[in-house]
Amino acid sequence: MMIKVEFLGPIAREPMEMEATTLAEVSAKLKADERLAGWLEKCAVALNDTMVTDLTTPLQAGDRVSLLPPVCGG
Amino acid sequence: MMELYHGCLDTKEIFGRWLDEQSDSNYGAYIPFVGTIRAEDGIEGLSFDIYEPILQQWFEEWVARAKAQGAIVKMAHAIGDVPVHTSSYISAVFSPKRRVALELIDAFVEDFKANAPIWKYDLKGGKRLYAEDRSTPMDGAGVLA
Repeated sequence: MMIKVEFLGPIAREPMEMEATTLAEVSAKLKADERLAGWLEKCAVALNDTMVTDLTTPLQAGDRVSLLPPVCGG
Repeated sequence: MMELYHGCLDTKEIFGRWLDEQSDSNYGAYIPFVGTIRAEDGIEGLSFDIYEPILQQWFEEWVARAKAQGAIVKMAHAIGDVPVHTSSYISAVFSPKRRVALELIDAFVEDFKANAPIWKYDLKGGKRLYAEDRSTPMDGAGVLA
């Protein structure tokens, strides 16, 4: 099923769509993208604006996965 | 209450209004925190990106934690460019007695620095440079690595 991946803050990448049924599949596809090297280990992840930490999290068509790089408010 | 503004914060107006809003609430302690942008490393200012949906959830969790202790938390933050010597972030805690407010403002501001989805950039020489060396991976970072 088709889901959307978006990159927040300084990653400065346009959102992308991909076929995936779990976060593990999203991980595998993003790891193959050299332009994201170095970001993945530092990014937290949200699914439809809820923070997630489990790679087995199932995905539904139309889900939105967000990558949140290191933060510094204030 | 969480407030977001484009550009620097009018700290006196916001703190004064927060104080007025609680004038009849019988809180014994009101502790404000002001974050002011320091002139260092030749920067002209800082700039901020915010992801509001998750920031709002993060803040609401703190509202609930404060409420459980009979307290309230408030914050305001800037979006976009903010010059040196002005404020980009303020927060405050009201509580019936001082001890709860003192401890809460400490925990609230520290967790803000660690987990609020806000990205900081230095404004230097006409460029907007991600402050990577001062940034912290959020809780749970690395799940996709």
